[in-house]
Amino acid sequence: MDMAVETQIDAGNRPAWEAEFEDIVIAQPDPRPLAIEATGLVKSFDGTRAVDGVDLSVHEGAIYGVLGPNGAGKTTTLRMLLGIIDPDEGVRRVFGHDRPHDIGRLIGYLPEERGLYPAMKAIEAIAFMGALRGLPLEEGRKRGRELMERHDLGHAAERTIRQLSKGMAQTVQLLGTLVHRPRLVVLDEPFSGLDAINQGKLERMIRALAEEGVTVIFSTHVIHHAERLCEGVAIIAGGRVPYAGSVEAARDRIPAQVRLETRAREGGWTAALPEDTRREGDFFYFALPETGVEPLLRRLIEGEAGILSLSIERAGLHDAFVAIAGEAAARQLEADMQGAAK
Amino acid sequence: MSAHDQAAIDAKPRLSRLEAAWVIARRDFIAVLFSRAFLFFLIGPLFPVLVGGLAGSIGGQVSRQAVTTEVGIAMSAADTAAMIETAGQLSPQLRGAIPALREVPEAAEPGFDAQEFMEARRGNYAAIVTGTLAAPELVGTERQVSRWQGPIELIAGTAMQDGPAKFPDASSQTVTASAASERSNRIRTAQAAQMVMFLLTMLLAGMVLSNLAEEKGNKIIEILAAAIPMDAVFMGKLFAMLGVSFVGIAVWGALGWGFWAIAEDAIVTVTQTNYRDLPGPAVGWPMFLTLAIIYFSMAYLLLGALFLTIGAMANSVREVQTMSMPVTMMQLMVFFLAAYTITQPGSALETFAVVFPLSSPFAMLARAAMEETLWIHALALAWQAVAVVVLVKGGSMLFRKRVMKSGGAGREKKPRRWGRAPQTLSPEPAE
Repeated sequence: MDMAVETQIDAGNRPAWEAEFEDIVIAQPDPRPLAIEATGLVKSFDGTRAVDGVDLSVHEGAIYGVLGPNGAGKTTTLRMLLGIIDPDEGVRRVFGHDRPHDIGRLIGYLPEERGLYPAMKAIEAIAFMGALRGLPLEEGRKRGRELMERHDLGHAAERTIRQLSKGMAQTVQLLGTLVHRPRLVVLDEPFSGLDAINQGKLERMIRALAEEGVTVIFSTHVIHHAERLCEGVAIIAGGRVPYAGSVEAARDRIPAQVRLETRAREGGWTAALPEDTRREGDFFYFALPETGVEPLLRRLIEGEAGILSLSIERAGLHDAFVAIAGEAAARQLEADMQGAAK
Repeated sequence: MSAHDQAAIDAKPRLSRLEAAWVIARRDFIAVLFSRAFLFFLIGPLFPVLVGGLAGSIGGQVSRQAVTTEVGIAMSAADTAAMIETAGQLSPQLRGAIPALREVPEAAEPGFDAQEFMEARRGNYAAIVTGTLAAPELVGTERQVSRWQGPIELIAGTAMQDGPAKFPDASSQTVTASAASERSNRIRTAQAAQMVMFLLTMLLAGMVLSNLAEEKGNKIIEILAAAIPMDAVFMGKLFAMLGVSFVGIAVWGALGWGFWAIAEDAIVTVTQTNYRDLPGPAVGWPMFLTLAIIYFSMAYLLLGALFLTIGAMANSVREVQTMSMPVTMMQLMVFFLAAYTITQPGSALETFAVVFPLSSPFAMLARAAMEETLWIHALALAWQAVAVVVLVKGGSMLFRKRVMKSGGAGREKKPRRWGRAPQTLSPEPAE
């Protein structure tokens, strides 16, 4: 919405055309400033476009998910946002800055491929990661100890990284990402390699960060995490973003599904079912009609269908992902998830 | 930490390049200093000395056994005795010019033929002298005949005279230096300085080459690249290794100095060299040593930046090992270029060695030994500093462009068809 129209609405001078669209809810613009703004990002490697025109907008304080299968361009997009690599085309701005390194102090980054110096003590590793972001070593050690205590790792502060378990080392790296108290935290596949308990801990940590006003962006294969945590998501497939917006809006793009179970298998009442109905065993599945289920129910009862159960299921983010990104991307995602589970 | 300090930290949006390089340098310096690699670096100089000593000793022994300068005498008994006696008399004056003469016992056998004897590969003589004092005949290979013909004629001619040859006693006056000796001494100083510098940079090369490959192996490189500019990472790593090398040099210097202080006489006796009388370089010892340290730093930074870039392209330590050979050959070529041009100051090749950044520190160090001009060093150092910056910038750019490709550590992506339009919904533009 452009500024002129917005001003007219605020002033109560409703334009004439608006009467025709009274049932349309006009979304209020998010008042929060943008933490990340990317337009038309393109990146090619060896002649192949890894990222092909990505647009992203993330508001400050949001938890934002970047979803997509392996090789979709998630990591390359995140690397461009962080200034690790420069885009061939397009513009990225982080807190209004074109060069993210200029505001390195405000950013924390956990890469997909975890890495720490094996011979370094855990507390030193955290302090070093803080020092890279401008935090004095002594302060980094102090904060690192506090963070480790808070995450039940106080006993491991003086152990070298190679003496830690994989999960502990991963947590140490995450603490190193946060030790300088960044305003933007970018996590590339943060849940991979973590057991269910640690995944839960990480989810709580991400929520806590957002409550403190920190913007969190993470990429993931596991859509459930995004569904539980994110207010906004970008779906990346084949280097493009076919959808970027709120989780709610993504789900709303697919009509709710009706699941109907009847005693009778055949009868005249079946003519009342929508055209897209599919039958699986004892159940009929179809999209919720625009008129709602009441007229349909009436006809089913009149037709003596013998309704055993009827439920309306709202589409999940996974369904939205399948619909938006396409079947091929969904199959790839399933394969990735199975691979990750193994 | 005071609230003021905290406020300062929060207000500072990023580290300067220098501060960022310092963070990297500090970590690398401490990590290397307390690693086993540093121990190997410390004892590294012993290996070339040890290998050189062993090779020299074995080679010397082999050549002593394989090569003889003995010339056999197969003349009449009287002539043989006269030849050997005369050679003994001439030897103190002519030293190496006179061969060791030895009677050939087989010459007494009837029908002895020196040519057949030599061709039958009997005895161990460089050549055999037959005939008489008035008409000596030398039998041997063309090379040996050509080598010993003159001395044998001199010995035979002297032996024909009645009584031993008389030589006048020449009085002598010595001077401390001459143009020829000074030039020769300075060349030796230049060669020695270049050699030491080459060995030091050679020792560091391997460590620098594997540095970023290990970092990539540890997967930490992406954290560094995300936090600070890549050229700051390169600079930090280079200066950390330079610091490590200075520690190594300091340790060796201190050990050498201590050893010298304790056993100067023994060292002079054993090596038969009085190091206090070492030939002085043209710019004087203090300036020469200062320049040597600076040029070593420059040589190291230049080669280090190049090696860091090459090493950064490697994905594993094995790849680094594969790269080591061409890199070492390149180092050798640069060294040979600078070493070859020592005796040709001002020539086109020497000028090239001075201007070409990688050989410039070596060539300029030789100039410091040979020529007194100082301003040219300021110019050369400025030029080398520019080259260091260009190499570091270029290397870091290449690294970002070619190495940080994708999540799969730069794997090649295949074209995909995922981006096709969804079948059930039309795509909406991104928010």
